[in-house]
Amino acid sequence: MSDTAIRRGLDLNDPKMRSIVLFAAMFVIVLIVGYVQGAANTTLLLTQAIAYALIALGLNIQWGYGGLFNFAVMGFMMLGGAATVTISAPINPLFWDSEGPLLLGKALAMFLVGALVVLAARQSHRIGIKGGWKTALIVLAWFVSYVAYRSQIDPAAAYIESTAGYIGGLGLNPMLGWLIGGVLAAIMAFIVGKISLGLRSDYLAIATIGISEILRAFVKNMDWWTRGTQTVSPMPWPVPLPQQYQADGVSIADSFVFARLGFLALALVILVVVFLFIQRAYGGPWGRMMRAIRDNHIAAGSMGKDIKGRQLELFVMGSVLIGIGGAMLTSFNQIFDPSSYQPINHTFMVWVMVIVGGAGNNLGVLLGTFLIYIAWVISDPLAQAIFKNLSAWSQSVGWGVIPEIDSRALQMRVFVLGVIITIALRYAPKGLLPEVVQKQK
Amino acid sequence: MDELIFFINRVLISGTVLGSIYALGAIGITLVFGILRFAHFAHGDMMTMGAFIGFCIASILAGMGIATPIPIAFVVLPLAMVVTAAIALGIDKGFYAPLRRRGVPSVTLLIASIGVTLMMQGLIRLFFGSGTRSLYINETKEIFRIDMSAFGGSRPISITEPQVLMIAVTVVLVLALHFFLTRSRLGKAMRAMSDNAALAQVSGINTALVVRVTWIIAGSLACVAGTMLALDVALMPDLAFNIVLPIFAAAIVGGLGHVYGAIVGGFLIAFAETLAVFNWTSILRPLTTWLPFDLPANLALVPTEYKLTVAFVILVITLLARPTGIFKGISS
Amino acid sequence: MALIELKHVVGGYGGAPILNGVNIAIEQSDIGVIVGPNGAGKSTTLKAIFGLLKVTGGTIEFGGEDVANSLPDKLVPKGLSFVPQEKNVFTSMTVEENLEMGAFTRTDDFRDTMRWVYDMFPVLAEKRRQPAGELSGGQRQMVAMGRALMSKPKLLMLDEPSAGLSPRYVIEIFETIVRVNKEGVGILMVEQNARQALAFASKGFVLASGQNRFTGTGPELIADPEVAKSFLGG
Repeated sequence: MSDTAIRRGLDLNDPKMRSIVLFAAMFVIVLIVGYVQGAANTTLLLTQAIAYALIALGLNIQWGYGGLFNFAVMGFMMLGGAATVTISAPINPLFWDSEGPLLLGKALAMFLVGALVVLAARQSHRIGIKGGWKTALIVLAWFVSYVAYRSQIDPAAAYIESTAGYIGGLGLNPMLGWLIGGVLAAIMAFIVGKISLGLRSDYLAIATIGISEILRAFVKNMDWWTRGTQTVSPMPWPVPLPQQYQADGVSIADSFVFARLGFLALALVILVVVFLFIQRAYGGPWGRMMRAIRDNHIAAGSMGKDIKGRQLELFVMGSVLIGIGGAMLTSFNQIFDPSSYQPINHTFMVWVMVIVGGAGNNLGVLLGTFLIYIAWVISDPLAQAIFKNLSAWSQSVGWGVIPEIDSRALQMRVFVLGVIITIALRYAPKGLLPEVVQKQK
Repeated sequence: MDELIFFINRVLISGTVLGSIYALGAIGITLVFGILRFAHFAHGDMMTMGAFIGFCIASILAGMGIATPIPIAFVVLPLAMVVTAAIALGIDKGFYAPLRRRGVPSVTLLIASIGVTLMMQGLIRLFFGSGTRSLYINETKEIFRIDMSAFGGSRPISITEPQVLMIAVTVVLVLALHFFLTRSRLGKAMRAMSDNAALAQVSGINTALVVRVTWIIAGSLACVAGTMLALDVALMPDLAFNIVLPIFAAAIVGGLGHVYGAIVGGFLIAFAETLAVFNWTSILRPLTTWLPFDLPANLALVPTEYKLTVAFVILVITLLARPTGIFKGISS
Repeated sequence: MALIELKHVVGGYGGAPILNGVNIAIEQSDIGVIVGPNGAGKSTTLKAIFGLLKVTGGTIEFGGEDVANSLPDKLVPKGLSFVPQEKNVFTSMTVEENLEMGAFTRTDDFRDTMRWVYDMFPVLAEKRRQPAGELSGGQRQMVAMGRALMSKPKLLMLDEPSAGLSPRYVIEIFETIVRVNKEGVGILMVEQNARQALAFASKGFVLASGQNRFTGTGPELIADPEVAKSFLGG
């Protein structure tokens, strides 16, 4: 209560005033960064930040609206990225001219057969198989289907990787890829949610971290699909690339600015549409119900709400946004590199954005995203500069230079991220723009 | 015979070594959960940090020209344990205790522990770079070969010095912990607090002291696990972050809060992983003539790249079939 | 001078106070029983004495010393013990370990005390190696009381010791409480079975809305028509 009195002069407690002041401050920061780093870098930063904003809003739906733990942000982002590769990367004629599609088709058929066998085993009680026998049958069905699928996919994968490299893409519009990325993330979220949403929150956290790692292991090692560590690049854009501007006679420096501005505008439109949509949903009866469930499981359950179903809804909705954001990021960066995905700069950074911004408050999450992303991006050159100076100083006093400055400076931002989380939890647990709780009379 | 030796080397020894690491890590996680009721995600990096502390002390001593018959990093382990335990106490005091006092939900503490993980990772890489080092400082890793020719084997059973040390240390520590928890006043108080924290407080048990003891044990066990792992493999900044998931799986499978469960869970996960990526062709080869089909070159249940998924699949099955773990864990 | 004396105690869990001026005085030879309707602040009074909630007004003196807002690990060595109403045994630990935990604050040899407790509850001696979680409700209540007695308290506080027990066990528990008191331990308990408990109470306190309504010996209160009408169900 004491800080209430201190801030009363500025009236930062009024949520509207607070938002305006903080967003103005952020705008000033963006201007400063823009001035220092130039237009090309700033448009780059802002576009990436918008993609992250979509992801953070997705997580906010899950954690802020629903209190659901999702530490699989990285996994869903990767799925989005992989989907974009398949939809928008150029067609690989080597693959389509080879036996590859046939082999892959067989593997897919085997997968479906296997899925049917497992489903049939799960229904075996209908023909009188019960108890331990049923369990044994299900385990056997899983095993047989797994072996059968492996017997098809392994040679197919080896064949594709040796003849065509990977299956390539379909050469379609990247925006379709983003959409499919969202759909893929939704399907995965549905499966994950079905399995794990009933778990206690800390179990759910561990489970989703595990799911994220498994998704990474798959995307990284399914070379036939995503080219794995060899990366897919360059990925096309839905808007003209810098090279196209250059062909029209625009100078190289300007071409990057123009092209990125084009992408930025597109991303901004998507963000605004998404934001308005989820903001409306939050304020409406659906959002009220979700918050009721979050704040009091038992009461909501006793009022006849289908809690698990509603939570699954949130989990899928949030994951769609994460998938779309991840896909957009892949397109914009023009490269899909599975090994560049790390829990730190994907999952955990997005969590920091949501916590610092204010879980449950979409505006706050937007603010948090931009602030954290800017801090993340500029902390690298900043730390490098500090280290260079330190190194020069240590050299001048005769202690020698600091080795590996680049990689060490890069680690500084991991440290800073950790510091931000712990400080935020301790001193501003509700974030910069806390959720506005409507009082019910 | 050679096939059996191969199996012993690849499964029995590797599994036991891996299981020891998982068990030591999982005990720490399970103890912290039992007393403080939150999943301490930074435990993996505490292990890594412990190994680096051991490395620093060992390097200083090695630099002074001190040589020991067994690896110096192992000799200085008690000292490294003390330092790590002190740091664990400091972390609790600085980051978790203030949140606890405010009565935050356990998920907030989990997120805080992720923040601590990031800080530790950043700091470790800041000071030591991201390269790989050996904890064998000017020493060579001995390999013990047990000749099996008497039993008709042409290859020996081989086990390295750190592996022998690790298994021995695990046995000693587990026994010590067992006696501590069942015989000593403080150990019983720890079990009491893990069982019913409110009643422990009412009984006049100094709960703050129990919390401190918990961090001391968790920190020193983490240091042992990290150092032994680094001796066996190599010292690198992501040493233990990569295995924090199987360790959590082990603790959950064993029943969170349950020390013996964590040990069983650790070995269960370790053997499941080892067996899943084991190439069965190598021991089925003598049967080639009787088999109706040709043996493929690699007949493993799971390709090595997907080893991580094994622990997780076991975790998911456990959570679905018996959410409190094999031994009944704490369910609050 | 009373063993424990509460004067105008005010306190609660941070919000509006639940206790609005409670007065209680107990000698070591007394059995004090607090009765009253739900939400009167009966259990809260015990918790306030034991430092489990914030006391914002009034004084709590134990043995002449101000102990308001002291924590249990300071109060137990002074001779104060508390048996909570629910979850009052360590279920995963053996009966004997439960008793040992009661003696945690003691640094002297407590084997005599343990023998004393086993004499009082022979059934516990039989089951000393069994986990307390496997015992029946009545036996658990004995473990809980035994645990609290292990610190050799001057005052034993019990929160509804008869809750959830069958009538036969209720009588047994009450008899045990009287016996413990005869051994020189002051008793302060909260009871729902008000009439039964007041029958053997040397001091009775009727609380309502966090304040004393009536104070007297147990039989006096039972005989008081107004108390009987409003608080003892006619």
